Amino acid sequence: MKSLRNRPELILTPVVFVIFIALWENLVNLLEVEEIILPTPSRIGDALLVQLKTELFWSNLWVTSQEALLGFLFATLFAIIAGTFISQIRIVDKTFMPYLVGFQAIPKVALAPIFLIWFGLGQTSKVVLAATIAFFPILINIIEGLKSADNDQIRMLRVFGASRAQIFFKVQVPCALPFFFAGLDVGILLAILGAVVGEFLGSQAGLGNMVLNAQFNFETPTMFAILLVLSAMGIIAHIIVKAFQRKFAFWGDSSNIIGN
Amino acid sequence: MSGLHKIYNTRGGGTTHALSDINFTAKKGEFISIVGPSGCGKTTLLNILAGLISKTEGSASVSGHEVSKPLPEIGMVFQAPTLLPWRTILENVMVPVEVQKLDKKKHLEKAKELLTLAGLDGFEDKYPNELSGGMQQRAGICRALVHSPSVLLMDEPFGALDAMTREYMNLELLRIWKESNQTIALVTHSITEAVFLSDRVIVMSPRPGRIAEIITIDLPRPRTLEMMNSDAAGVFVKKIRHYFNAANVIE
Repeated sequence: MKSLRNRPELILTPVVFVIFIALWENLVNLLEVEEIILPTPSRIGDALLVQLKTELFWSNLWVTSQEALLGFLFATLFAIIAGTFISQIRIVDKTFMPYLVGFQAIPKVALAPIFLIWFGLGQTSKVVLAATIAFFPILINIIEGLKSADNDQIRMLRVFGASRAQIFFKVQVPCALPFFFAGLDVGILLAILGAVVGEFLGSQAGLGNMVLNAQFNFETPTMFAILLVLSAMGIIAHIIVKAFQRKFAFWGDSSNIIGN
Repeated sequence: MSGLHKIYNTRGGGTTHALSDINFTAKKGEFISIVGPSGCGKTTLLNILAGLISKTEGSASVSGHEVSKPLPEIGMVFQAPTLLPWRTILENVMVPVEVQKLDKKKHLEKAKELLTLAGLDGFEDKYPNELSGGMQQRAGICRALVHSPSVLLMDEPFGALDAMTREYMNLELLRIWKESNQTIALVTHSITEAVFLSDRVIVMSPRPGRIAEIITIDLPRPRTLEMMNSDAAGVFVKKIRHYFNAANVIE
């Protein structure tokens, strides 16, 4: 009981949830809002249960997860390579940073129609969009992380005769890990966003495709149900990244990390 | 060191003569302290010996090797403990062994011995943030000694500690030094600390940084904290403080 008294949020958070749902349910009924505008939570729950029983839903969920995950992996891979070169080689930093900043300024979602033309209606265009959107926050965190190494720590290693490579692997890489995971945390959510937006613009399958179909048929509860599924995906991805962070960057002081 | 000079080019295009004509030789196993007001170049001197910065003129050598880059004969203790937070205490102490690719097994024994000597047995597998500042600094001293360097450089190692811990660390340092018998060069702000620890104290004066006097501290060893209240010790402290006053610098 003592832990509950010290952490009132354990009670308050669910209470707020229950009040919010109850208000929503009753106000929609009371004001006789049409279901096509705003369905009640119970109708959304029904729609969700219906979807969970269909095979089509699970195959669509798999399609979107695949796109987001692949996009995320490519983004991470390229960010690690680019981040290493940019942080270690001054001339690369100076030469390519303006291009990166310029490219970063493009609203990446606006690239989706172009990717559709280049890569077609299949999954490839979504993977590319997810990777493009997720790439920058991961890259920026890697660069900042590799540059965050304490000068005193580097000096210490130099006194003991460390080579540049030893300094990189023994100080700079560990120093970058907390930043890296913060970047992954943002990146995985952006990858999901990229996959869904890609599906909105033209697709044959996926959760984004299902939302469009539901909209076409005026099935608003189904649209909300899929929204719930997408949030759940994001939360699970976040929890997984955090678990890795606690394991591999347990010393991290996350207060000065970008995007955290 | 002989005829050592260090001249910095300043931003304004001029030059700063940080060290001027430094001539000094330490005997093997000797405890040397370097004191002087801020800006007298004592840290620059230590950094040259550590091989971290280049000298402008003259020579500096350690155990017969000219210092032009960091030498394995040197161990260094820094102002802050500078332990790596993702490594355990034992792993931190082993850093010089890893970096210099020395025999791990042999030095693991040595590292454990040093940790015991420094009163840190039982803390091998703890992480730095689980230790107090004084304990972290002691681990830093173990790290500086693990590869058996012939010279130990210390850059104001106890400056960040409170007065009580500092006195205790001074005693600990003398005890460890007696066991390991390195030549020690210690840069410090504290005149009493220098007198208490050293065989000889190098007093430096600023702009350009040069040796004002080398004072031999012939107090008997082993030294105790009580001896610091004696007249003999007081004479040395007064003598050194005289140079600080002459330089018109208040520490």
